[in-house]
Amino acid sequence: MSLATSKAVAHAFDVEAVRAEFPGLHQEVHGSPLVYLENAATTQKPRAVIAAVERFYLRDTSNIHRGVHTLAERATATYEGARRTVARFLGAAAPEEVVFTRGTTEAINLVARSFVRPRLAPGDEVLVTWMEHHANIVPWQIVCGEAGATLRALPIDDRGVLDLDALDRALERGGERVRLVALGHISNALGTVNPVREVARRAHARGVPVLVDGAQAVPHMPVDVAALGCDFYAFSSHKVFGPSGIGVLWGRPEHLVGMPPMLGGGDMIRSVSFEGTTYADPPNRFEAGTPNIEGAAGLAAALDFLAGLDREAVRVHEEALVAHAAEELGRIPGVTLVGTAPERAAIVSFTVRGIHPHDVGTMLDGRGIAIRAGHHCAQPVMQRFGLPATARASFALYNTHGEVEALAAAVRHAQGVFGV
Amino acid sequence: MSDLRDLYQEVILDHNKSPRNFRELPAADRHAHGDNPLCGDVVTIYVGLDDDTLREVTFQGSGCAISQASASMMTDAVRGKTVAEARALVGQFRILLTEDGGPGAGLEDPAALGKLAVFSGVKDYPMRVKCATLAWHTLAAALEGRQEPVSTES
Repeated sequence: MSLATSKAVAHAFDVEAVRAEFPGLHQEVHGSPLVYLENAATTQKPRAVIAAVERFYLRDTSNIHRGVHTLAERATATYEGARRTVARFLGAAAPEEVVFTRGTTEAINLVARSFVRPRLAPGDEVLVTWMEHHANIVPWQIVCGEAGATLRALPIDDRGVLDLDALDRALERGGERVRLVALGHISNALGTVNPVREVARRAHARGVPVLVDGAQAVPHMPVDVAALGCDFYAFSSHKVFGPSGIGVLWGRPEHLVGMPPMLGGGDMIRSVSFEGTTYADPPNRFEAGTPNIEGAAGLAAALDFLAGLDREAVRVHEEALVAHAAEELGRIPGVTLVGTAPERAAIVSFTVRGIHPHDVGTMLDGRGIAIRAGHHCAQPVMQRFGLPATARASFALYNTHGEVEALAAAVRHAQGVFGV
Repeated sequence: MSDLRDLYQEVILDHNKSPRNFRELPAADRHAHGDNPLCGDVVTIYVGLDDDTLREVTFQGSGCAISQASASMMTDAVRGKTVAEARALVGQFRILLTEDGGPGAGLEDPAALGKLAVFSGVKDYPMRVKCATLAWHTLAAALEGRQEPVSTES
C-alpha cells in the first residue's frame, strides 16, 4: 500500500464518529472518563444493537417457527434473517451451515459431544495448542477422558508463536488416531494471530478436520470460512458488539448432517412418538427449545454495523493502537510485554515489576481504565510463561491513541504509588 | 479521581514491598497451605508453638499487595498470643472485612486490631476481600491442625 493510500485509509476511519454510536463509552468511572480496554472479555454495544433488541421487545415479541400469526411470522423472519446475516458475514455457502448456540463455549462443546465423541476410540488423539482458552481445552478433556483418548497440546515459542513443525510431527506420529485439531484464531491471552489456513492445510493433508475458536478474531478481522479452509468456526456475539447469551457454530454441511443432537426438546424434531423421534435437519437439530431470538436480532445488527464500516480501515486503526500500546508500555522501566508474536492483534498482555497484576488492575480502575488482570481463562499458557497472571489491555475499533497514553500514564502512576 | 489511598495505605504498601517474617520455618509445629484459585494467590503459614503460645509465625507465598501485606502484618500481630487469642483475632479480622456498618461495627474491641485497622478500606472492594482474608483462614487451618489445603472457593 502506498503512503498516500495508507493516509487515505487512516483518514477514512473516523474514530469519534464510531464512538458516538456507543453510549456505554460516554461515562465517568471514579471521576475520570471511562477508558474501556476490556474488549477481549466483552464489548460495548452500538445504538443499532440496542435498538434491534428493543424493537423485538416493543413490536415483535413472539415465539418462532410454529405460530401462524403475524408476530410469530415477524419473530421467525428476524431469527432466520439473522442466520442469513451471519452466513453472509462468514462467507458460508448457506444459512443452514450456521447453528445458533449460547456462545463459543457451547459451540465447541457441541462439536466435542456430537462430532468428535462418536469418532473417538481408546488411544485416539485431539490436538490443541498451549495458548488455548479453557473453552477450547476442557470440552476436549471431557470427551477424551470418556473415550480413553489423549488430548495433546502443541508447543509455542517464547514469543507466543505456534510451532508448526510440532504440528507436523504430531500429525505424523498420531496418524489416523488424530481425530481433530482445535485452535484459536487469535489468542485471548497473548494476542497471537494463528496461521489457521496453514494449520488447516496441513491437517487436511492427513484427513484431520480443524475447529477454529474465533471468539477473539471476528471483531478484528474479516473472516471467510471458505478461504480459511477449516471445518468448524465458533464465535460469541457479545465479543463482537452484540448481546450476550448467543453465539455461532459454523460447520461444513457434510459434518453437520451426520451429527446427533446434543440437547433434545422442541423445535429440533421432525416427528415425535413414544416409539421414536425423527430429528430435524441441521441447523434446527442443534437448537432445541426456544432460542435467544432477541439475541439473534442484536447479533445481526452488530454484524451489519461492522460490515457497514471500512474493515480495512478498522484493521489499520487497531493495528496502530496495539503498536502504540506496545511501544508506550514497553519503554516503561519494569514493564514486560508477554506475547510478542510478529502476527498479533488487539491484545497487549504485560507485567509490572513489583506490582501484582491485580493491583495494577485496581490502580488503573481508580483512573477510570478498565483492563483485565488474571490468568484470562488460559492457565496453561500462563504456566508456559511462568506467570500466575498478567495485566491485559485489549482494544476495539472505538479505542483511541489518547486512551493508550492514559493507560501508560496510569501504569507510571501506579509505579509511583507502589514505590517501584 | 480516586487515588485508592483508602485501599493502598502506606503501611500496606510497605509490608508488600518488605514483607516481615517471610521465610519457611523448618521446625514449625503447625503449617497450612492456602490458595485463591480465582486469582492465583498462594500462601503457606508456619507456626512454632511454645505450649499454647505462638512463639513464631512465618509465611511464604505470592499474590497481590493486599494478600501479601495482610499475611505479613498477621504474622506480626499474632506472635506471642495464645492459640485462643489468635483464633479470636482471626474472627475479629474477618468481621472487620466482611460486616457492614463502618469501621469497628460488630467488633468486640476495635482497639485490639491495632494496625490491622488499615484493612478496613478493603471492605469497599468486594473483589479484594478474599485477598485480605486468605492468610487468616490459612492460619486458622494451621492452628486446627487441618492437613487439607485451604481454598477461598470451597
